[in-house]
Amino acid sequence: MTTRSVIPGLAKGMWITLKTLFKRVPTVQYPLEKEIPVPRARGVIALDVEACTVCMLCARECPDWCIYIEGHKEEQPPSKPGGRPRTRATLDRFDIDYALCMYCGICVEVCPFDALFWSPEFEYSEYGISEMLHDKERLTDWLATVPDPPSLES
Amino acid sequence: MIVVFGIGFWAGLALKIGIMAAIVPVVALPIIFAELKLSAHMQHRIGPYFAGGKFGWAQPLADGLKFFQKEDLVPDSADKVVYKIAPYLVLAAALAVFVVIPFGPDLIGRDLDLGIFFALAISSVSTIGILIAGWSSGNKYSLIGGLRAAAQLIAYELPLFLAVVGVVIQAETMSMIGIIDAQQTYEVFGLFAIPYIIPQFVGFVIFFIAALAELSRTPFDMPIAESELVMGYLTEYSGFRFAVFFIGEYIGIFTMSAIMATLWMGGYDPLFFDLASLSDVAANVIGPLVLFGKVAILVFLMIWMRWTFPRFREDQLQDLAWKWLIPIGLMNIAVTAIFKVVL
Repeated sequence: MTTRSVIPGLAKGMWITLKTLFKRVPTVQYPLEKEIPVPRARGVIALDVEACTVCMLCARECPDWCIYIEGHKEEQPPSKPGGRPRTRATLDRFDIDYALCMYCGICVEVCPFDALFWSPEFEYSEYGISEMLHDKERLTDWLATVPDPPSLES
Repeated sequence: MIVVFGIGFWAGLALKIGIMAAIVPVVALPIIFAELKLSAHMQHRIGPYFAGGKFGWAQPLADGLKFFQKEDLVPDSADKVVYKIAPYLVLAAALAVFVVIPFGPDLIGRDLDLGIFFALAISSVSTIGILIAGWSSGNKYSLIGGLRAAAQLIAYELPLFLAVVGVVIQAETMSMIGIIDAQQTYEVFGLFAIPYIIPQFVGFVIFFIAALAELSRTPFDMPIAESELVMGYLTEYSGFRFAVFFIGEYIGIFTMSAIMATLWMGGYDPLFFDLASLSDVAANVIGPLVLFGKVAILVFLMIWMRWTFPRFREDQLQDLAWKWLIPIGLMNIAVTAIFKVVL
């Protein structure tokens, strides 16, 4: 025990705890006050039904196979009289099972028609695992929470 | 102090008991709260937050009430009677010190001639309480904790007493009031009155370290080293008996700080200001406040050290006491005595 090295060490330790004592505590009391996540946080995936063409790319690329898509084709009247009737793909079912989802964001990346978006909302925990399956309507509701895209760089 | 009111002996006794019963929460709860809050902020946490609405001020109260609800368990292998008595012995020893702590010029239980001697002697009784708690629990961890406590408390009682001897020599009295008066009139080279913390600084440091060890607070908490011995001698205690131990510990912090404040920092005497120039009532109101202020500084220092320093090893603990504190304490006595004679 060399006294020469002990005293400065003790003083240094005391100084650190004293400094910490007067620092602002970064704790957020979560249920009372809500932390605002960063805009690009991967909270939940929102769906724009109008933009979806039922191409199934997201469901196929999903590593967890947590996206379930069903659709059918509807006959549209020809745009000109005497023309060929058009078909249009309509979405019947679009479910994301958040119990399986690993928030990789590949579906959002891969969507060719910008129908999927990240939203920073995170408060959708449930009591049952089956309730983690969000259907088309629920996913559309999340669309309102999607932040505006960042401005383009000039 | 209480005799002043001119009431009968029994009424006076009841009043004294009432005041003592009130002192326990008044003294212990704020220290416990300060410990919770300061430790939290030193570790970048908020600490108690919800109890009582603002700042969690009711947390120690809520903790205390929780202890009342718990079952009072006595292990099968325990020595029942001794096991049950032990916490009260510790608390009684801690409370008995209040008799000689001067809160104001007239606010003192009894100004014994042997004041400081009585305080240190009676606070040593808590060692017995801790030892029998460890022995009677019928638990190996309790036993190791109790034995560690015995070794530690006996080792550190020596520097504790040696540090006080310096003050006693300088003040030429053991009475607590006498020591405060001596500090009011003590003048170095006829310049000004200074508390003994300046001339007896070595003694103060020794006493402070030894007091930390006596109270088994971290750097010296081997007896209840929770990472090695579960909770040491407290392992088997639950409910109210644990709460009594807990309160005894914090009362001990207060009494030790009060002794330090009295012996080295002038006690109830506000420095650089003459208390005698005030009326009797004013002096007895300001006195306790001044003492509490000084105690608060010391308690803060103790809490600060607790949450900064890691625990000593058992051999380092004995090293510090026998190789450093006791020789330095003896030298301090010799130097003080020589200066007393020469000056």
